[in-house]
Amino acid sequence: MFTSNPFSALSASIPSEVMQGYIILMVLLVIGGTILDMIHKKSAKYFFENAARAQKNAKRTVSGGEKVGLAISTVASEILTSSEFCNPMRRLSHLLTMYGFIILAVTTAIMIFGYPTPETPAPAILPQLWHTGAIMLCLGGYWFWFVIRVDVSAEGLSWFRLERADLFILSLLSTATFALIWSYMQSSQGATTWTTIFFALFILSSTVLFGGVYWSKFAHMFFKPAAAFQKKITKADGSMENMPAIYELSDPEVHKRFPDVPEYMGKNPPNMGLGIKREAPRHY
Amino acid sequence: MPTFVYMTRCDGCGHCVDICPSDIMHIDKSLRRAYNIEPSMCWECYSCVKACPMNAIDVRGYADFAPLGHSVRVHRDEEKGTIAWRIKFRNGKKDMDLLAPITTKPWGTGIPKLANEAAPSREMRGSQLLFNEPKYIRMDEGGLHTLESNGLQIKEGVYY
Repeated sequence: MFTSNPFSALSASIPSEVMQGYIILMVLLVIGGTILDMIHKKSAKYFFENAARAQKNAKRTVSGGEKVGLAISTVASEILTSSEFCNPMRRLSHLLTMYGFIILAVTTAIMIFGYPTPETPAPAILPQLWHTGAIMLCLGGYWFWFVIRVDVSAEGLSWFRLERADLFILSLLSTATFALIWSYMQSSQGATTWTTIFFALFILSSTVLFGGVYWSKFAHMFFKPAAAFQKKITKADGSMENMPAIYELSDPEVHKRFPDVPEYMGKNPPNMGLGIKREAPRHY
Repeated sequence: MPTFVYMTRCDGCGHCVDICPSDIMHIDKSLRRAYNIEPSMCWECYSCVKACPMNAIDVRGYADFAPLGHSVRVHRDEEKGTIAWRIKFRNGKKDMDLLAPITTKPWGTGIPKLANEAAPSREMRGSQLLFNEPKYIRMDEGGLHTLESNGLQIKEGVYY
């Protein structure tokens, strides 16, 4: 199962051009859904208005080189390692889900476009990665669904209480789950009725996932990095979204300006401990 | 005026839910972000504003504090042991930064041991004052209490 390309066996019943067309259609649906989402929620308008306001309040100009540096740090920190999550469990679950999804999506596209038929066998690493991605997605996603989802763990609501906000995670989970079951059925039993049923469920879930961008939170993967980058810019240009500056407590300038700090805390104050962060929030 | 949440900043961690003394900060069941369920019951204690690790909670301040439309934002950094405020008027011309050591007791230690207190006497129950009021608000002991007047110094862990 782990070393066989499930799409090449499928090419016996579905032409590879149809599979490739489906992938292109899904990409177009994601682009269209994201644009509609931006128009409907006015998120882009809000984002640029907010950015313009921040620029008006800026205390210094951020150079192009600095902006590149901030973009790199956003990629390394917020995007690649999901650093915005304070809760390490949420962060780990998000990383598993995110990397699982990326690996699954990319290997699917490579296998369908590069190795669509049994005559063009895919390197063993590709199907292995495809299955690993789906398993990672399931691990992170089910962990989130049954344990971490805020109102499930905090407010005691049952896991089967569904909201429209769950469309994204549920379609994501069902896509990965049905993909794994379909691949298993195909490698163990061949083209049976059950294989077809699970393939149909896999396609249905992935169509809902990519076609439901307008109603789901799929597009957060495009908005969040932009928001994280903008937040770093506001820190660099001193506008800070009207937040107070971050002071270095051992700086003599700070001592001169705020004499209470050296008087009560000394000239080089120690770390005072985690404070409220010592306890994880329990929502009660 | 009550607190409100910047939805794009909130990540639904729930620190505000835990700390709100009025229990009015809740997590929205659909959006999974915090919101103030009963703004009229918010007494602007700023607990949630200071507790939010994302600085996602803000308050629209009253006009008795600064002309309407101003911004008052706070950053309570417990690891550094300081609290920083920034007050900005709506025309942007007045923009003040303040920084001071945190002088409250550490998290979880300021819980009064009411069980150890003597029960209120009949006279106390008939009085207009609240339980132990003159003693607790220390109106009965003369001048304002300061760290210096009490011979205290801030120690690691934000306490004295």
